[in-house]
Amino acid sequence: MPLAPALRVVLYEGAGAQPFEAADRFGAISSLLERGFAVTSTSGERAVAPADGRPIVVLGRFAGDAPDFQNAEVRTRDIAGLAAAQIADVVETARTEADAPQHGGWKPWFPVIDYDRCTNCMQCLSFCLFGVYGVDGDSHIQVQNNENCKTNCPACSRVCPEAAIMFPKYKAGPINGDIVSDADLNREKMKIDISALLGGDVYDMLRQRSEKAKSRFSKERDSDKALAERQKCLVKLAAAQAAGGGMDIPPEVLMSLPAPDEIARRAEEARAKAAVALAAQRS
Amino acid sequence: MSPPRILYCHCHYAQVVPKEVKETVLRRLCESGVAFEAVADLCEMTARRDPALKQLAASGAIKIAACFPRAVKGLFHQTAADLPPESTEVLNMRTQPAEEIAAALLSPELTPNLPAKGAAAVVVN
Repeated sequence: MPLAPALRVVLYEGAGAQPFEAADRFGAISSLLERGFAVTSTSGERAVAPADGRPIVVLGRFAGDAPDFQNAEVRTRDIAGLAAAQIADVVETARTEADAPQHGGWKPWFPVIDYDRCTNCMQCLSFCLFGVYGVDGDSHIQVQNNENCKTNCPACSRVCPEAAIMFPKYKAGPINGDIVSDADLNREKMKIDISALLGGDVYDMLRQRSEKAKSRFSKERDSDKALAERQKCLVKLAAAQAAGGGMDIPPEVLMSLPAPDEIARRAEEARAKAAVALAAQRS
Repeated sequence: MSPPRILYCHCHYAQVVPKEVKETVLRRLCESGVAFEAVADLCEMTARRDPALKQLAASGAIKIAACFPRAVKGLFHQTAADLPPESTEVLNMRTQPAEEIAAALLSPELTPNLPAKGAAAVVVN
């Protein structure tokens, strides 16, 4: 993911500019947000975040020359008479000129750790096959590779004994950040139940189910039909998992699991990282 | 003391916040004539560790219209931009009525509600 600062858009209504009607202000800001931009509306009292080195484009209905903001990072654009969509186009052009990164096109799905609850047990690090988690210099768990996370998969939050892993865009609590209830506090029991349900090895269960599906569908002659059936089967599996207090792993994630030996290798690697981190905590 | 700053999150990259709530809150802010910050998606900013989050967190009292306070706190923390617990109020567009959120945002009074360590999360409404 790019670390370059995004373009900041300022909707300016101060000295040297005409104010917007409320509906126009709403239309312009909505249009910009829908294109992924951050907007500062300076229409009245209350402070806003100060300039912070980000490239800035100042939009206004300037009667004549735009004010001189005496900042090399500031570009001004007169948007008098433009519709909301046109304003967004103007900003997109300014973004390109400023060489600011383009955002969007990716659902930001990644775990957020509630450090008020986390006990640094390393269950998540041990569980994740995709290298999302790591430890900092003090052997504290942290999310290191957001982009490795599988969209819509909250499985690691299901194995957390403290309900400390959130996915803010998940549909239900406490994974979405909602209050942790008494039932959720019984997570240790849930973790054991999941382990028992899966025969003690989550990945072995997933591998077996994936292999069964592959075996079944390798006999199919019609590949399209086979794919449709496989997806249907995995959707049922996901639903069954959810109904049984399971892990809610999306079918597409199950479908994309690597080969069994690769799963075993990654799982062992993850367990080893967790073991090292736990040993460092104890020393 | 100056009134708290206002931050509105559009939660653009998912459909978990009701559209009518987002629209009504944003419309009320635009109608009010107060200055505010609007971002497309706090999660997306956290994912790419946008330095703007530090500015937002470090500029004093703030009211945030977004989602669950526990999630918002975690998102900022994950970019090393801790929100000040004594001067941060989070309004939850996933659960609270739009008009209630708009009224709270525009009120000069601030009710801090970030969950504290070792305590149950706070219900806003």
